[in-house]
Amino acid sequence: MTRALSGRAAIVGAADTAVGVLPQRSATALTIDAILRALADAGIGKDAVDGLVTCNSFAEPRLYHAETIAEYLQISPRYCTTLASGGSTILAAVYQAAMAIAAGACHTVVIASADSLRSGLSRTAAMALQASTGHPQFEIPYGAPVAAHYALIARAYMHEFGVTSEQLAAVAVSARGHAERNPAAQMRAPLSIGEVLASSMIADPLHLLDCSLVSDGGAAIVLTASERAQDFAQRPVYLLGAGVGHGHEHISQAHDLTTSAAVESGRRAYAMAGVAAHQMDFAELYDCFTPVVLIELEDLGFCTKGEAGAFVAAGHTAPGGRLPVNTHGGLLSHCHPGHPGSMFALTEAVHQLRGSAAQRQLARANLGLVHGLGGVMSSHCTLILGREQRS
Amino acid sequence: MNPPATRNVPTPTTETAEFWAATRRHELLLQRCACCGHHQFYPRVLCTACAATDLCWVQAKGQGTVRSFTVVHRAVSAAYAAQCPFVLALIALDEGPTMMSTLTDCRPDEIAIGLRVNVMFEDWPEGVTLPVFSPVEHT
Repeated sequence: MTRALSGRAAIVGAADTAVGVLPQRSATALTIDAILRALADAGIGKDAVDGLVTCNSFAEPRLYHAETIAEYLQISPRYCTTLASGGSTILAAVYQAAMAIAAGACHTVVIASADSLRSGLSRTAAMALQASTGHPQFEIPYGAPVAAHYALIARAYMHEFGVTSEQLAAVAVSARGHAERNPAAQMRAPLSIGEVLASSMIADPLHLLDCSLVSDGGAAIVLTASERAQDFAQRPVYLLGAGVGHGHEHISQAHDLTTSAAVESGRRAYAMAGVAAHQMDFAELYDCFTPVVLIELEDLGFCTKGEAGAFVAAGHTAPGGRLPVNTHGGLLSHCHPGHPGSMFALTEAVHQLRGSAAQRQLARANLGLVHGLGGVMSSHCTLILGREQRS
Repeated sequence: MNPPATRNVPTPTTETAEFWAATRRHELLLQRCACCGHHQFYPRVLCTACAATDLCWVQAKGQGTVRSFTVVHRAVSAAYAAQCPFVLALIALDEGPTMMSTLTDCRPDEIAIGLRVNVMFEDWPEGVTLPVFSPVEHT
């Protein structure tokens, strides 16, 4: 029954807010803006929504977040829940909403996430919230930012496989190459390996430009049952595979620093979809820090272990490459408002598969993979999306 | 006006009070399962290997190996800024469990994965003592 959910749900609306530095917009206002844009994209009104899944905000946290958003909109969805698994939340929300739809609990689900990580919080508060993924007694007292926790992974990975700082920098350069083609991206100026290596050291071996952005913004999608998908304004994009995996929460408890539970989430998603990595036309991978993309490329089956550094340095993930990665610019160059980060990977995949990605549209986009992770390589979710209902 | 920055002081819980009381005495304790002999860290109410709940405290040798490390140039808050750059590390204790900690009394350029380290203790004026580590040849 691993394939029972494949092709049962489809994304029929997808939209981003403006992203970047938006001091005039609250996190809640951004969430509502994202939802209204996604509903307009789908060609439906708010009363057609009978399911709502959100992710809590750092800047405006709410004890009952989804209920607060439903009340603000004045809708009463019969499936209404707030999920929390950090950077994988939105992808896990798609998986869970698809299960709810397949079970008949609801028909049309809005999944939304927005935050004002840049403007709604002080720099100190934003850094403390991001670092709160650490263990309160056995990690947080040592005073390291989340970048340092990822640097522990980067160091171990470079040591084990001989990966270089230049190869890490190539991940940032690849992302910027895509962002140059995306007018919505926060960072669009051309970037070189040398500039990444010359940027200030945050936590050795991670330079400032190995780290993702801090942004405001959000996005939303509309997910419905595939048999209803033709009733909406847009060409549907089908959920063909989904899988989650997790091996630890705190990095000091990781069984393996250089191979992640993306192995399990990816294997489960491929099995549900009945496809393999080599069939993907593109991949949108979680890129909170550059080495994460290399580990994901390997753990999701695109490269053998230790080969991803050379793969990226050869240009295979850049525009025109064999496997374009993060075609919107990713968290490194498009934007990173915190929990909503994976939303933009998802909406970008929808645009590529619809054929509506404007100047960054890929020549071939029939199957795409989206991967998100939360914590410090902790909570993984992989989705496989397609233009057709069957892979 | 922001309040003055303070360090993140660990707050002991019922599972961890014994551990933090021991670090005040400059002792590093681990839990050992009375049923299967498994050592674990952080402290828990069950053995992660066999799920038994009969756990006892044992004194760790206090020696381990650097599993990974980073030189932190930007601390999480102003309270830690004065100690930058500092070395954050994952230490694989000889008994098996891994701890996050900092390395003291060492130059960043002498640190490598595999370096042997000894536990040291850092007394904080807030009334808590954190285990930290230092290269074996320095101690």
